[in-house]
Amino acid sequence: MGDHSHDSPTGSDVVAAAGQSETERFQDPGIPPHRPRLADTDPRAAKRAERQVAILFAVSVIGTLLFFVGYFAFDPNASIGTLRLQNLFLGLGTAFAMLGIGVGIVHWAKTLMPDHEVSEERHAIRTEDDRVAAEKIVEDILEETGIKRRPLIRNTIIGALALAPLPAIVMFRDLDNSSLSVDRLRHTMWKEGVRLTRDPSGTPIKASDVTIGSAFHVIPEGLNESPNKLEEKAKAVVLLMRLDPAALHPSPGREDWGYNGIVAYSKICTHVGCPVALYEQQTHHLLCPCHQSTFDLTQECKVIFGPANRPLPQLPIKVDSEGYLVAQSDFHEPVGPSYWERG
Amino acid sequence: MGLLFTGGLYAVATTVNQAKADTQSFSASDVKEGEKLFLANCATCHGMGGSGTNSGPSLVGVGAAAVDFQVGTGRMPMQMQGPQAQVKPKQFTDDQTHQLAGYVASLGAGPSIPAAEYLDEKGDAAKGGELFRVNCAMCHNAAAAGGALTRGKFAPALAGVSGQHIYEAMVTGPQNMPVFNDANITPQNKRDIITFLKTIEANGSPGGADLGSLGPVSEGLFLWIAGLGVIIAFTIWLTSRTS
Repeated sequence: MGDHSHDSPTGSDVVAAAGQSETERFQDPGIPPHRPRLADTDPRAAKRAERQVAILFAVSVIGTLLFFVGYFAFDPNASIGTLRLQNLFLGLGTAFAMLGIGVGIVHWAKTLMPDHEVSEERHAIRTEDDRVAAEKIVEDILEETGIKRRPLIRNTIIGALALAPLPAIVMFRDLDNSSLSVDRLRHTMWKEGVRLTRDPSGTPIKASDVTIGSAFHVIPEGLNESPNKLEEKAKAVVLLMRLDPAALHPSPGREDWGYNGIVAYSKICTHVGCPVALYEQQTHHLLCPCHQSTFDLTQECKVIFGPANRPLPQLPIKVDSEGYLVAQSDFHEPVGPSYWERG
Repeated sequence: MGLLFTGGLYAVATTVNQAKADTQSFSASDVKEGEKLFLANCATCHGMGGSGTNSGPSLVGVGAAAVDFQVGTGRMPMQMQGPQAQVKPKQFTDDQTHQLAGYVASLGAGPSIPAAEYLDEKGDAAKGGELFRVNCAMCHNAAAAGGALTRGKFAPALAGVSGQHIYEAMVTGPQNMPVFNDANITPQNKRDIITFLKTIEANGSPGGADLGSLGPVSEGLFLWIAGLGVIIAFTIWLTSRTS
């Protein structure tokens, strides 16, 4: 609070008098006459409004309960359908929980709380008097809301407000990943001798199948039988391409990571993990559809445009005795976006 | 540089599984007429005998399928050099396209025009949809509405494209599209993909207005307008007088 003594209360209605003569003053129109609302005069209307407010708060309670029904009744790992249904319940539940309280309070204030207007003039701060006056205002507010006289509204709003924060607690608890090992971000299903297979059929790929200009979408052999198929797939997907070996410029130590111009790169963008699979077979650009990060295949997938910070990790490959493409090892670095413990 | 992007249409993609020269369906007169048409319309860029120049790639070994796709969709002859060849009203009749295809197929073995059995649109649409989402949807959009690539290039929308041209595009990899040879996606699976595309085209959008199937751009615009409308409705209600 500042010092109000510079403002004379009586002078506050002189507005921007520059260029105007003193006689042209606005007459203070004062507060418009109070017009009673339906609920002010008719006790039945007041009762009805009270019930409406209580129903809105009850809607909030139901919304919160809906959230928990969605949270506990559906197993998000069961199928994509149940995951979608759970999302729907969580979203609708939270929306009703918040809207019920908000709309209820506004409806309460508009129909039931006193709507007479008051004007207070500024004055210098007098500590003790103001404190007493402020206490009086708080008491008046409590009295005017009618929260003491209307137990239905009081009880429902207490119920709604008590339940509404619970979804947030449950959601934030789920962010705790201390039980999970960060180490699993460093490894994928690829290891020496694992065959490169087609997504989604899982059939192995011969080196001779991959003609120049081709792009194969690849998953590791055995992924379709893996118990955590989606989690493993999210780390292990690979794009396999063949180009003229003369167009590739491998750095020292990586010359034998490809086979005759066939190279395999992680499909997970190093920016935020979208699948980078938009391969242009003439320019040898790999484009991420989310934020337009562009990787140059001829320069070991160096970033040539966009927000990604690191090149796509390359999967070293070779050909086994039957002519099928197999991995030499896992990726030599974690795939996908950066994370705190990546180092 | 522009020529590199646009001109290099085909890497010579001849391998065991594709190297079936299909000259049987072209008569000697087709090849002869085709050569005349080629010399008059194509040789400026693609060179005498289709051996390629600085302005256009060699056509030896691209096959009849590539000619039928490029000429049949009007992409060739190109109107002008640019990021990529655009669809336009076709410049040659079906007969002339056939003759040109016969001539280019005679230059070297390459993918041939697909057999009608793979174009009957009676494959497994569900299987085709799965393959489409894995192999095609990243560029052509999950609803086949097309999408942008780098530096002015784009993947076209697939609605209204004939099954034959879709098949030929997969097998030849026109412009910057990768090649999906028969070892990667079998002819039967290509038939499934075509069936899927024709099915979703015929089905329309079961979820209401598709807003161009462009994802966040058009849907975001709609939500901005609808969302702002809801906010305005709330502010009007907040400030209105109760009766």
